[in-house]
Amino acid sequence: MSNFNEIPKETSALGNVKNDPEHKLYDDESHTYLNDHDDHDEQHWIEKYVFSTDHKMISKQYLLTAIVMGVIAMTMSTFFRLQLAWPGKAFPILEVFLGKWAPGGVLDPNMYLALVTIHGTIMVFFVLTGGLSGTFSNLLIPLQIGARDMASGFLNMLSYWFFFISSAIMVASFFIETGPASGGWTVYPPLSALPQAMPGSGLGMTLWLVSMTFFVISSLLGGLNYIVTVINLRTVGMKMTRLPLTIWAFFVTAILGVLSFPVLLSAVVLLIMDRGFGTSFYLSDIFIGGQALEQSGGSPILYEHLFWFLGHPEVYIVLLPALGITSEIVATNSRKPIFGYRAMIGSIIAIAFLSFIVWGHHMFITGMSPFLGSVFVFTTLLIAIPSAVKVFNYISTLWKSNIQYTPAMLFAVGLVSTFITGGLTGIILADSALDINVHDTYFVVAHFHIVMGASAIFGLFAGVYHWFPKMFGRMMNKTLGYVHFWATMIAVYGVFFPMHFLGLAGVPRRYYSIEAFEMFNNLVDINVLITCFAIFGALAQFVFLFNYFYSMYKGPVASANPWKSNTLEWTTPVEHIHGNWHGALPVVHRWAYDYSRPDLENDFMPQTSPLLPHEAEAAH
Amino acid sequence: MVKLIIVVLALAFYAMWQLMNVYNLSRKMKGTLSENSTVKDNELQGKLFVVYFAAFFAFVAWQLIEYGPRLLPESASEHGKITDWLMNLNLIIIAIPFVITHLFLAFFTWKYSGKNGQKAVFYSHNNKLEMIWTIVPAIVLTVIIAYGIKSWNTITALPTEGMQEIELYAQQFNWTARYAGADNKLGPNNYLKIEGANELGILMDSTTSQDDKIVKGEMHIPVGVPVNFKMRSRDVIHSAYMPHFRSQMNCVPGMSTQMHFTPTITTAQMQAKLKNPKFKYVLLCAKICGSSHWNMQMDIVVDTPTDYKKWLAEQKTLAETLLAPAPADSAVVVAAK
Ligand code: HEM
Ligand SMILES: [Cu+2]
Ligand SMILES: [Cu+2]
Repeated sequence: MSNFNEIPKETSALGNVKNDPEHKLYDDESHTYLNDHDDHDEQHWIEKYVFSTDHKMISKQYLLTAIVMGVIAMTMSTFFRLQLAWPGKAFPILEVFLGKWAPGGVLDPNMYLALVTIHGTIMVFFVLTGGLSGTFSNLLIPLQIGARDMASGFLNMLSYWFFFISSAIMVASFFIETGPASGGWTVYPPLSALPQAMPGSGLGMTLWLVSMTFFVISSLLGGLNYIVTVINLRTVGMKMTRLPLTIWAFFVTAILGVLSFPVLLSAVVLLIMDRGFGTSFYLSDIFIGGQALEQSGGSPILYEHLFWFLGHPEVYIVLLPALGITSEIVATNSRKPIFGYRAMIGSIIAIAFLSFIVWGHHMFITGMSPFLGSVFVFTTLLIAIPSAVKVFNYISTLWKSNIQYTPAMLFAVGLVSTFITGGLTGIILADSALDINVHDTYFVVAHFHIVMGASAIFGLFAGVYHWFPKMFGRMMNKTLGYVHFWATMIAVYGVFFPMHFLGLAGVPRRYYSIEAFEMFNNLVDINVLITCFAIFGALAQFVFLFNYFYSMYKGPVASANPWKSNTLEWTTPVEHIHGNWHGALPVVHRWAYDYSRPDLENDFMPQTSPLLPHEAEAAH
Repeated sequence: MVKLIIVVLALAFYAMWQLMNVYNLSRKMKGTLSENSTVKDNELQGKLFVVYFAAFFAFVAWQLIEYGPRLLPESASEHGKITDWLMNLNLIIIAIPFVITHLFLAFFTWKYSGKNGQKAVFYSHNNKLEMIWTIVPAIVLTVIIAYGIKSWNTITALPTEGMQEIELYAQQFNWTARYAGADNKLGPNNYLKIEGANELGILMDSTTSQDDKIVKGEMHIPVGVPVNFKMRSRDVIHSAYMPHFRSQMNCVPGMSTQMHFTPTITTAQMQAKLKNPKFKYVLLCAKICGSSHWNMQMDIVVDTPTDYKKWLAEQKTLAETLLAPAPADSAVVVAAK
């Protein structure tokens, strides 16, 4: 293992590796690294499939877990959409799944809130954070930078298993007497701190907090590993400015996570103390359940600050990997270099930096000083600039391209559309004066589902379709992919666009029913329309599920480089081997985007191809 | 039932599986078993994007026509006019890039779909262009920021005089409004004093408290007078949302928040404007607060100042409701003597 992550013995941009003691990571005497790795193939199945330390297997474990969690969360959303469209109506299916929480098929209001809460938690953390980063950072970081594996395979394995435990606890919280956490995915205290406030704030909330603690540990183990790997294990010639944008995105995402998740953890720990140990970090002057609480001096606003200090970077932790994946897929399938490579890196970094100083835009009306509000208005609106740059760069990449419409490419284009639509409504919300009237309404729900939910899910799907051949050595069916894309694309705007109007009509979010208010009577049919699209969209995901599992076993066998791509992962053998490359690691000579060079016949040029005689590296 | 669902799903899955086998076999025999996109695929998908984006625009337009009139009626508060104006300005500003970028997206996805013999143009960057599209959004955003912050400052600035102060007290799952009495001062409170009828924990030994008045279910406010709401919460965070007045503020336990506005249209006037005699202004809770979060409401009646004074005079003071010994009891006491 000591020489596992060696760097090839070649003279290169990084200096003469062999004679440089700093880089002497391989053992001269045994020369094992050349063929050492094939020996590992006869592993016990537990070591191979369960407690694997191989990044490719861990990536698949993450993906499978995320798919299971995604199906659960999606099913929950169809349940509460039924209630919203036809409030109080009996649906026997609800009783089948929810039992006492839907007596006679009518959803219980507490269960409604529980479904909304766990749906949000699972989607944001388990599908779009764990699922997206876990799957693709693991798969692509070593493969695209030319490393044998992650810096620490062991920590990587731990990261997955913490994620698994965390997922299991979250799901298990559905099976307890008082039901799962129900205070919304942001679990603001005192609602979440006091079991007297709602049934979900009892054991369910404890399990939520325990689950999130494991999640943060998992995320930190994963993130540190990604950062170290990208910094230290790039192969010869893989300068930072030659990295594919996927790696840049995963790298910056990992940094965001490492800096912000600990803050969530502290918020969670303080909440646990308030709940169980009589402290009052978040509690003061509370009279509930016929009784005045002793705790005093705390502030729920402290929790909001801590939560959103993670919460806002978190939305970019979700989005940046999707944008990175899109950059790669758009360039490959446009057969064109990504437009403005350096501007793309610059925007990723700018977005990451700004995302740490905007959290207050979630708290404009918590009573914060209006002056402080203005500061957050300013910083928040700044973030729209790098976001706009990214969009323009994607669109110009398409200009005069030669687009190959693989299902992955369709999802990547879909992401560009949803990112535009959702980003623009962010500008409304960022304006504190306007936020007063739409905060905590369906307008916010529309905004973040389009900009984050849809975009990141599209990035996830795009990645799965694109790298499926790399994961399973087989191809997914393209026709089913097309059907899946169009149905999903129709559902996304069908579900989320009308929600803007609900919000502008004043409908608050997390309402069990809007029937209590006469002013909303003429909006019920909008809810019916939305629910129809939601059910349609949910059914469409079965097309994907079928395609995924079928292709895993029976899809046509993939060739080594099915999309004619430049990046290093396509230079590895189709069948997975421990250590990724037979023989020496590849050496990189150029950036990742030499597509359709005018001086070449082929429309692609892998990063491993040496510069031609007299060729200067493309300015980028 | 669960078993039935599982069986049906499993059968459907199995049938699909077999169908796919047959389909792949036939493609194999025809020699077309490839999952790369063909020129035909590219052409079709390119066209579908145009159709899709056209349909999307039509859908958006349809919603504007169909749902637009169902949005909130004209603002019933002074600052709400600023809010609405700013909202319209911002909506127009964001509609422009929304349309333009989607037009480009639709055009490019169709025009440059992959064809035989077509080669993409190697074009990796253009500093001038990139500079332009960094600076233009920056300028537009400066405008948005400037107007936004200016409006925010106007809206949040407290009027210096003539304010009517009202306390809004939130609890699971209802609202209480407390009006200062003749002295125009709200009496002090402490949550430890919450007991029985003294739901707000008012310190009754203070004289400022005794003339205060409490109402539930419906509160009145005067038109044309700045009203300042002082908010408190008894248990969890709530949010006092008054959409018709473009106002919202969180009610946070352990903390006092405030929000003010000047109503401009009385309930009667609004009913006439909307030709809806049943129209009511309402106060909703917008922050998730428990099982009846969705039904935590209070009606708001905007009166002319004279009606308002009359209404307020009719309400009982705390001294009357909390301090006065109940008449029946005193009779018993007298009799015992
Ligand atoms: C142009 C850039 C953006 C701006 C100016 C912006 C602005 C805002 C603002 C001000 C809010 C708070 C609204 C409220 O609660 O009243 C908000 C909510 C939210 N935004 Fe954005 N946003 C932008 C882009 C994004 C992106 C890219 C994502 C995700 C990847 C995102 C995800 C969210 C989420 C999840 C929430 C709601 C959280 C909740 O309350 O549950 N936003 N956004
Ligand atoms: Cu945010
Ligand atoms: Cu409430």
